[in-house]
Amino acid sequence: MPEAVPDTSVEARRGRRWRRLPPEVSILMVLVGLALSFELLGWIFVKQSFLFNEQRLIVMILQVSVIGIIAVGVTQVIIAGGIDLSSGSVVALTAMVAASLAQSSDAVRPVYPTLTDLPVVVPVAAGLAVGALAGLVNGALIARTSIPPFIATLGVMVSARGVARWYTRGQPVSMLTDSFAAIGSAAVPVLIFLGTALLFHLALRYTRYGKFTYAIGANPQAARVSGIRVGPHLVLVYTIAGTLSGLAGVVTAARAVSGQAGMGMMYELDAIAAAVIGGASLSGGIGRITGTVIGTLILGVVTSGFTFLRIDAYYQEIVKGAIIVAAVIADQYRQRSRARAA
Amino acid sequence: MGSDPSAAADGCLLEVINVSKAFPGVMALENVSLRLKCGTVHAVVGENGAGKSTLMNIIAGLHAPDRGELHLRGRPLRLRSPREALESGIAMIHQELNLMPSMSVAENIWIGREPVNACGVISHRELHRRTRQLLGSLSIDIDPQAPLRSLSIAYRQMVEIAKAISYDSQLLIMDEPTSALTERDAERLFAIILGLKAQGKGILYISHRIEELFSVADEISVLRDGRHVGTDTPANLTRERIIRMMVGRELAQIVPAAPARAGAVRLAVRELTLEPHFRDVSFELHAGEILGIAGLVGSGRSKLAEALFGVSPAGSGRILIEGSEVRIGSPAAAIGRGLAFLTEDRRESGCFLTLSVLENLAVAVLGRDFVRLGFVRGRALTRACEAMSRLLAVRTPDQHERIENLSGGNQQKVLIGRWLLTSPRTLILDEPTRGIDVGAKAEIYQLIARLVERGAAVLMISSELPEILAMSHRIMVMHEGRITGILPRAQADQVRIMNLAAQ
Repeated sequence: MPEAVPDTSVEARRGRRWRRLPPEVSILMVLVGLALSFELLGWIFVKQSFLFNEQRLIVMILQVSVIGIIAVGVTQVIIAGGIDLSSGSVVALTAMVAASLAQSSDAVRPVYPTLTDLPVVVPVAAGLAVGALAGLVNGALIARTSIPPFIATLGVMVSARGVARWYTRGQPVSMLTDSFAAIGSAAVPVLIFLGTALLFHLALRYTRYGKFTYAIGANPQAARVSGIRVGPHLVLVYTIAGTLSGLAGVVTAARAVSGQAGMGMMYELDAIAAAVIGGASLSGGIGRITGTVIGTLILGVVTSGFTFLRIDAYYQEIVKGAIIVAAVIADQYRQRSRARAA
Repeated sequence: MGSDPSAAADGCLLEVINVSKAFPGVMALENVSLRLKCGTVHAVVGENGAGKSTLMNIIAGLHAPDRGELHLRGRPLRLRSPREALESGIAMIHQELNLMPSMSVAENIWIGREPVNACGVISHRELHRRTRQLLGSLSIDIDPQAPLRSLSIAYRQMVEIAKAISYDSQLLIMDEPTSALTERDAERLFAIILGLKAQGKGILYISHRIEELFSVADEISVLRDGRHVGTDTPANLTRERIIRMMVGRELAQIVPAAPARAGAVRLAVRELTLEPHFRDVSFELHAGEILGIAGLVGSGRSKLAEALFGVSPAGSGRILIEGSEVRIGSPAAAIGRGLAFLTEDRRESGCFLTLSVLENLAVAVLGRDFVRLGFVRGRALTRACEAMSRLLAVRTPDQHERIENLSGGNQQKVLIGRWLLTSPRTLILDEPTRGIDVGAKAEIYQLIARLVERGAAVLMISSELPEILAMSHRIMVMHEGRITGILPRAQADQVRIMNLAAQ
């Protein structure tokens, strides 16, 4: 009988269970493998442990937490079948805006002389609002005009950087209040990163917002026919990504205790890399926040490991590039073997 | 074994000998043998998952067999890629057409082999001349310079066939060539096939439309669960016998006759117009009624369905649902009015291929139910989806299997389930049984009949006249964007419908 096709054989079930392992497992193994290799190389070349050094681990995560916050937003955009190139510039713009509202009264030339020593909530809210606005522009351009996301966010990327420079005519903003600087001190950025990751992990898995985001990325046409209002939903997704870039901007300004228009250069690419290493598919419909967190950590381990081994930064970039490409190749291979097994 | 001179002598083009192929967990083919003679059409039928596609993929060089061999004109054939198959004269015409919509007909046919002049620049004049000649030899009337996207599916298929012939192929594999064609377009295809046979080419022909095999095939082979069940000439077979061989059981009745128990007017359409697709369309659909829409591809049937559901809203005219006039500007609005729409193209606008069965089932109902404060009520939703897939007898290992791993018929059941979860009062079904096997078809017919018995109103578009005739209470025929007639079932027959559809 057709129901009894060999589909239910033991072999098939085992094969299915193997394929059913969360896709993060393979990428997690890469992370562990990298960390262990650095540990081994550490003992051989610099006579030190790589992993058993609390300080180093904290710095390592701290370095990538800004990228991680952005990547949480970018992952959602990628799942929805889009791309966001504007994140790095939005970091710069929001860092400038937040810093300008976080100056202390002992600043020599404050941007707003009457607005110094404001409570910390003001610069934070301003940074998030400007980020949200940038995301809204991205989303509205994409939903309203149906230009490709690549182009829309490329335009915003260039313009936002311009606005960041224009804002203070290129002058950096410094002398920030202690309460604002506290956002960037110690492990606070790490907590913000993990907190946003958890929040949106839950949102993607357990809310209608999440289900619709996957559906739109998997097949926008079918999503529309199924009654999803695709345009407004995309605006929401890009606005969330923009807000998270704004949050990253606030953290960046707080860590540097200043705002500079050159901040956040190429962060968008690191964030996209983290998402893609973590298994997000640029064709949409596939991706997870847990994968992105692991992808972010991989970037962190590579950077920190190379510094630890005192290897030139040039090699770092070469290896980083190779890891990104290898991750996508591995992912495609997995997808294909999965499809073939069907 | 080895090269068998007698095989070549009696005009045997291809011999498949004891071929087996396993995929992880599934024995896709087991000791299958087949002979295709020159100048004949050999049809291969079987339910989805019977191994037809695997067999064709092996012959086309996409997969290598685990055991067994292929002989082409008596010589052993070992293929490592589709490229090698093409070079040996074997071409496959895929179910999902592999053409580039933005390029012209000529460019699509000759891609990678464009005639170039002395400087290496493509000579378009030569390209078009060759294309015209090729299309002429097949009596296909298409402008070589037309962009492919401007052609209907039927014509695109002919381009695909012309492309296969352009490789000087001796063996053509056609995977469900008529699944997207109307009866008339299918007739045209059969004429082309007849021409190919006269040129001595051999054709392997896969189809779910059993009726057409009797006019097109010289031999019919049936596969079931990866095994070869039998081969015979159409003269020695009947439709019932083939189906019995395919499913291994008797099917009482393929198409159930739904009782005519029409109630109040559910949907009324007045002078609906969407230029240039259809104009002045007026009809009424009653509760408990199936209104079939027949017509050729391009008659505006599918556009009408899309307009009713707000996918491409109508330009003018009125839509009344249960007596009150409504404006349907988007699918979301249509769903709010109790409508559901099964689109004709499962892959294009139906399935979310990368998502699970559960997610595919749930997507439409999540717009209005199973959500509290934005959070999906996971357990209740899972229960509802499980119940739905049990009700529709969806064959899947579990709810978390990706829908792309299901057979066409099961995918279609999931899509129907997606809409049933929204408890629709009016269903628009565009080609509900396209490209799915006989068993699944029968289940879908029964399902539709059950829905109608419970008072749903169904608008059913189909290119298969027997299906429309058996299922519908009334049949509306469209031609070039206008309604040319609405016939009660008692007065409808194939000839009458075709007359109205083709005028």
